[in-house]
This record gives sequence, C-alpha cells and structure tokens, in this order.
Amino acid sequence: MTVHSAHPPGFAHQFEDMEQQREADSLGMWVFLLTEIMFFGGLFATYIIYRALYLPAFEIGSHQLEVRFGALNTAVLIGSSLTMALAIHSAQVGKRRAQVGFLITTMILGAAFLAIKFTFEWHHDYVEHLVPGLGFVIRPEWGAAGQHVPMFFCFYFFMTGLHALHMIIGIGVLTVLTIMAHRGRFTPEYYAPLEVSGLYWHFVDIVWIFLFPLLYLIGGRYMGAGH
Amino acid sequence: MSEHIVPVSLYIGIFVALLCLTALTTGVAYIDLGAFNTVAALAIAVVKMLLVVLFFMHVKYSGRLIQVFILAGALFLAILITLTLADELTRHWSPTPTGWGMFVPFLSRLF
Repeated sequence: MTVHSAHPPGFAHQFEDMEQQREADSLGMWVFLLTEIMFFGGLFATYIIYRALYLPAFEIGSHQLEVRFGALNTAVLIGSSLTMALAIHSAQVGKRRAQVGFLITTMILGAAFLAIKFTFEWHHDYVEHLVPGLGFVIRPEWGAAGQHVPMFFCFYFFMTGLHALHMIIGIGVLTVLTIMAHRGRFTPEYYAPLEVSGLYWHFVDIVWIFLFPLLYLIGGRYMGAGH
Repeated sequence: MSEHIVPVSLYIGIFVALLCLTALTTGVAYIDLGAFNTVAALAIAVVKMLLVVLFFMHVKYSGRLIQVFILAGALFLAILITLTLADELTRHWSPTPTGWGMFVPFLSRLF
C-alpha cells in the first residue's frame, strides 16, 4: 500500500478524508453490534415468554440471587464504561500516558466484575445447589412451582455466562489496545481501534443494564426473602 | 465517530447519573407497585441505555447514517419481541388442534 507523505498515520487511501474514514469505521462496528443486539434480543424474547409462562418459579429463582452483588457489579461496569470513554478522550487530546492508565483501569474494573460474578455469585450458587445439572436441589418450601425453578437458573447462567464471555473477549481486546497505546499508535487524528472497541465495551455494559433488572429486580423483591 | 470532543465534565455527569439511576431502580424494586414494578425497572434501564448510547458511544454527535442504522436495529428488535409475544400470548384464545387427528376431516373428504 502506498502511503503519501501528506497523509496522517492510519489513513487508508480509499477514503476521501479522515472524517469519512471515521464514519465508515464506526458504521462497520455498529452493524456488528446490531447483529449482537439481535443475538441477545432472541435470548431476551425467550426469557420474557418463559417468565410469563412460569412466573411463580421465576420469582422464586430471582429471590435466590443477591441484589447487592448485582447492583455492585452494575456500578463497577458503569465505572469501566466511564474509564473507557476517558481513554478515548485522552487519545483525542493526545495524552498517551493517560490513555494507558485509563485502559488499564478499564481492564481492572472488567476483571473485578468477573471476579464478583464468579466467586461471590456463581460459586455461591454452586454451594447452594442452584446450578442445573450440577446437583440442583428443588427445595420443598418452593411448593408446586419448585419444579420449574431450574428453568430460571438455566436462563440465569446462560445469559450471565454469555455476557461474561463478551467481557472476557473485551478484556483481551483491551490488552492489545493498551500495548498499542503504550507504543504511541493513537493520535488525535487516528484512534479508530480505541473508538470501535469502546463501542463494543459500552454495548456489553448496556446488555448488563438490562440483565440486572430482568434477573435480579423484577422478581417481586418487595414480598421479602420469605417468599 | 466524530470530530466532536465531549468534555470530561459531561462524562463524569453521565457516570453520576447512571449510578443514581442504578440506586433508584434497586430501591424501587423493594416497594410494592404491582405491575408498575416491571414497568419502572425497564423504563429506568431504557433511560440508562439512552445515556450510554448518546454520550459514551457518541451517537448524539454521530452522522445521520449511523443514527438511522441504529434506529433500524431498534425497530427489528421491537419486531422480534412484539411478534413473538403476539403469538405466544394469544395462543389460548382459540382451541389448538393437536396431533394428526386435525387432518382427519380433510383426508376423509379426499378418500
């Protein structure tokens, strides 16, 4: 590829100018995110239907989850979205060290989310015999609805697991970005990898913004833990 | 992606608003509002999503093309959920014929 000396770094010759290239970069990422929206959308639609069919079982299942961990993880993830946005901001104003710092903070917050999810929540669920297929115990106090409670937990583990997988991929992407930022690959003119990865990270945040109320909150919390 | 640089103060403001909305949605879940509990939880989630999309994802400052693409995605998601629910929630309105027996009236006329 021939690069004219007048071109800024990162500029691909098929574009008219940097502005057009920026829009094409973002548009391409958004098209990918739209396929992700439909992917998660199918899961959400299925969850809504099965929740309507087996409402008492889903409310009992929701009650087994710890709201404080869900809320804490929401705050952690929102914080990581902020630091991701600030990393892009640092690239826009040409601060290299700040980019690296914010990217590492984003990774730490992402890892903290996964740590809370796996150790405090999933492990706790395993100990409490709430994992379908791994010794799930239907408790007598759940009554007739109890036989459908494993279905809630299938949704819970599949949806949070798929979300966690996206987080792990995101942390991998952030690792590469941190190395690139450290080597000074991003300038105020060219920071497309940061921008599109930011879009992905914020998308994963949005998925959690919906998973938190759907799984933890709308299960009749006001009825008390005795339900 | 746009040339527009969002000031740090706005990012912080959105972050604080998102934290407040998280606290609000958690608090509201413990108050009995009947069917409105679900409505409130989802409404707050939609507001949070809009804040993230418009400011963190810069869609407020993006070109029209990107905005139209996102609206198209939202439309298809709405179709996916609405039509699936329209089928699922109205099935009991009419009796459902089950098994091969449903073909007997047609078959007996043919042979």
